[in-house]
Amino acid sequence: MEALMTLLVGIFFAIAIYLFLSRHIIRILLGVTILGNAVNLLIFTSGRLTQEIPPILSGNAAAARQMVTANPLPQALILTAIVISFSFFAFLLVLAYRAYQELETDDIEEMRFAEPENQQLPPLGY
Amino acid sequence: MQSTMPSTTFMVLLLPFFAALFAPVLTRLFKHNAAWILALVPVLMFAHFCGFATQISEGEVVTGGYRWIPAFNVNFSWYIDGLSLTFALLITGIGALIVLYSGGYLKGHAQLGRFFSFILMFMGSMLGLVTSDSFLMFFVFWELTSITSFLLIGFDNKREASRRAALQALVVTGGGGLFLLAGLLLIWNVTGISEMSLLLRSGSGLSDSPYYLAIFILVLGGAFTKSAQFPLHFWLPNAMEAPTPVSAYLHSATMVKAGVYLLMRLNPVLGDTVVWQTVLPLFGGTTLIVGTLLAIRQTDLKLMLAYTTVSSLGLLVMLTGFGSEKAIEAAVLYLVAHSMFKGALFMVAGLVDHGAGTRDVRRLGGLMAAMPITFAAAIASAISMAGLPPFFGFLAKEEIYAALWEPGAWPLLLTLVAIVGNGLMFVIGFVVALKPFLGPRKQALSHAHEGPVLLWLGPVVLALASLGTALFSSLTHHLITSPMSSAVAGTPVEAHISLIPHIGMPLLLSAITVVFGIFAYRQVDRLRSTMFRLLETIGWGPDQGFDQFIRGIVRLSFRVTRIIHSGSLETYMKIIFILVALTILVPMVMFDELPNLPKMPESIVRYDLAIMIIAAIGLFSVVLAKDRLTAIVSLGIQGFAVALIFMLFGAPDLSFTQFMVETLSVVILALVMTRLKLTPTDHRPLHEKIIDIFISVAAATAFMLLLLKTVQVPFDPTLSDFFTRFSLSIAHGANIVNVILVDFRGTDTWGEIAVVMVAGLAILSLIRIRARPAEKIAANDPTDGEG
Repeated sequence: MEALMTLLVGIFFAIAIYLFLSRHIIRILLGVTILGNAVNLLIFTSGRLTQEIPPILSGNAAAARQMVTANPLPQALILTAIVISFSFFAFLLVLAYRAYQELETDDIEEMRFAEPENQQLPPLGY
Repeated sequence: MQSTMPSTTFMVLLLPFFAALFAPVLTRLFKHNAAWILALVPVLMFAHFCGFATQISEGEVVTGGYRWIPAFNVNFSWYIDGLSLTFALLITGIGALIVLYSGGYLKGHAQLGRFFSFILMFMGSMLGLVTSDSFLMFFVFWELTSITSFLLIGFDNKREASRRAALQALVVTGGGGLFLLAGLLLIWNVTGISEMSLLLRSGSGLSDSPYYLAIFILVLGGAFTKSAQFPLHFWLPNAMEAPTPVSAYLHSATMVKAGVYLLMRLNPVLGDTVVWQTVLPLFGGTTLIVGTLLAIRQTDLKLMLAYTTVSSLGLLVMLTGFGSEKAIEAAVLYLVAHSMFKGALFMVAGLVDHGAGTRDVRRLGGLMAAMPITFAAAIASAISMAGLPPFFGFLAKEEIYAALWEPGAWPLLLTLVAIVGNGLMFVIGFVVALKPFLGPRKQALSHAHEGPVLLWLGPVVLALASLGTALFSSLTHHLITSPMSSAVAGTPVEAHISLIPHIGMPLLLSAITVVFGIFAYRQVDRLRSTMFRLLETIGWGPDQGFDQFIRGIVRLSFRVTRIIHSGSLETYMKIIFILVALTILVPMVMFDELPNLPKMPESIVRYDLAIMIIAAIGLFSVVLAKDRLTAIVSLGIQGFAVALIFMLFGAPDLSFTQFMVETLSVVILALVMTRLKLTPTDHRPLHEKIIDIFISVAAATAFMLLLLKTVQVPFDPTLSDFFTRFSLSIAHGANIVNVILVDFRGTDTWGEIAVVMVAGLAILSLIRIRARPAEKIAANDPTDGEG
């Protein structure tokens, strides 16, 4: 099962990185979302895909110790990661939206106000 | 008594910094008269250090301190012996006069309060420097003097010349400070000692160490930059851009002597080697001659004095390097004499400037009647500078010749250097003290007048001090010269020289110097034009070299920045992902850690496979989508597929969160994209796409291999088991994931909430803050408007 999952994770990464490399902000944003999923699945798989039983204990403490459940640790990590990557995505989206309003382009090669193409040598005085 | 002493000293060391805090307030209240109050600070400190004088003259030292960073064995500790004490007295004594003088000189200046602050901060730093015991503290104060010097030189920050001079001083002395730091750390490493006092007492064989040469060069790098030795002397004359009190205080009496202090301090451990006794006199002697020759060609009083300061520092380095007991005694005498007469002469130059409105000797003359007090102070200081009785400079000069007059070619050469240097300094001293005052009064100077008491007090007191210390030479030697010489030499030294001349070689050499000086004084105008023509023909000096150096650095950093910071996000992304792929793949291949070929699972649950295929389809259609809606829907498909995968493999919490987040993402994205009328399609040429595909597949392969390898190594369940076992018994929660989030790793979750909140705030402000139409981004264009 892990082998198949690895293949899927690979596809996630490939698509995300390909989108990152394009010139339009909106495609990069799509890439951000997918990259988040790719990393989450990577963590999830490396914690082993064992059980279909969720990590929720039942009964008394003694019985709970004997239970075999899915690995809870990666789940806790991923839960945090999902929320963070969502807020990151939302922030980037609004940033792109505002940049588009101000600069009237979503092509990253045309967004060169901070680093103009033909930058002049800084003044040599003191 | 002994137990209370250290804490008083500690407070005295901090006092100037506190005073610096209050200086602007006091200045606002009392205007320039705040000088009288602020001068109390150095006076108090002077009194405090005077209290040590008898104790130290008996050969004791005052030490104390606190542990600063115990983990690194770094202390805040002080060590006051004869050398430190003399410096401390000079710093505080002249400091008091300078504070008063500043009040008169910058009377009515809008930033006078700030100036007082800087001067007091410098005073504190310099005092810390000469009393430091621990290396690190020494270095910190050393750099603090560079920084305060930078602030003071650039005080008149509206002029480019002073900005340049300030930067130059900072680059040269700050750079030297780094050499010094390396040198001190090397000493620390070699000997294991991080305190001056222990180093001096250890009698360590540093001069036999294989690292001696490295230590020597590094320490010299610090000392020579700070004390302006040729060819690094150029920053000192430029520092004359500072207001005159600064030139008098930092750039003649105290800070520039820090390098000499360092050499004197380390003389017992680093001195007495062939390298030391060759290199120091060589550089010192060259600096002495070059400095005086350059001084001759100047016409500005301050610049003439500045170049003679360079040569005096050269003389001090030469004497310190010569190394004999007498030479050290001479260096000590000359150092004290120089601080007094040169500080006074600088203040005189400022007074002349203040009274007559110019510092150009060619335009000055006949001021004696208008400025009698100034003239008296000037002539007294010039006599001391020329080494004539009855002033302290005479003692120094006699001792110099007594020390250098030894058999051998090398001492003879140094004696000649000293005669030429002293003779020319004799000339400069009298040019500064006589030319502006004697002769017919120039027309333009009819309004010239004597300065107020704040201005002439300093030079008069210093001139009287020159006289007093010479008249009561036995007391001076007992309290100052002998203890300081002993500290520098590392063995007890007794000074005896007095004003009563002894018939002998030194007196004859002095006479030769005076004759040479008088001869040169009569020819000074011709000498000046000769030097001027000579320097014109050379046409290049270290000063121009500095400009070329700085311009070169700016150009280089501009080019480097253009290469590594091209401004193209596409390039950055390419580089990042290529490096990601390489960092994972290269070590794997190099250390033969590639994963084994995975076995195909025997039984695949069909719906698992189906969901994976759906996810893949969603992914590919995001890339290939022709219109906005398809892209958004496809993004939703892959997200929901991930949620289902979480569900299938026992992670319902993740699944719920993922469903919610994906839904929100799709909704927001739809809102934004429909408003913006953006197309998700890619319009790039095919070859660029192929390169991108190659990079993304390479990086993805790297991640796949990494994951495969991870699942093939044995699983370490320690943490997971811990959470599973103790979730119910310790944290009383059955849902282990939740327990981890809110209990075991609660602080992490708290941080995560903070991140979400910050992102929310940022989004809110991005939406609400809008540039007004008139000042759109174009107005922020750095190329136009003020840069």
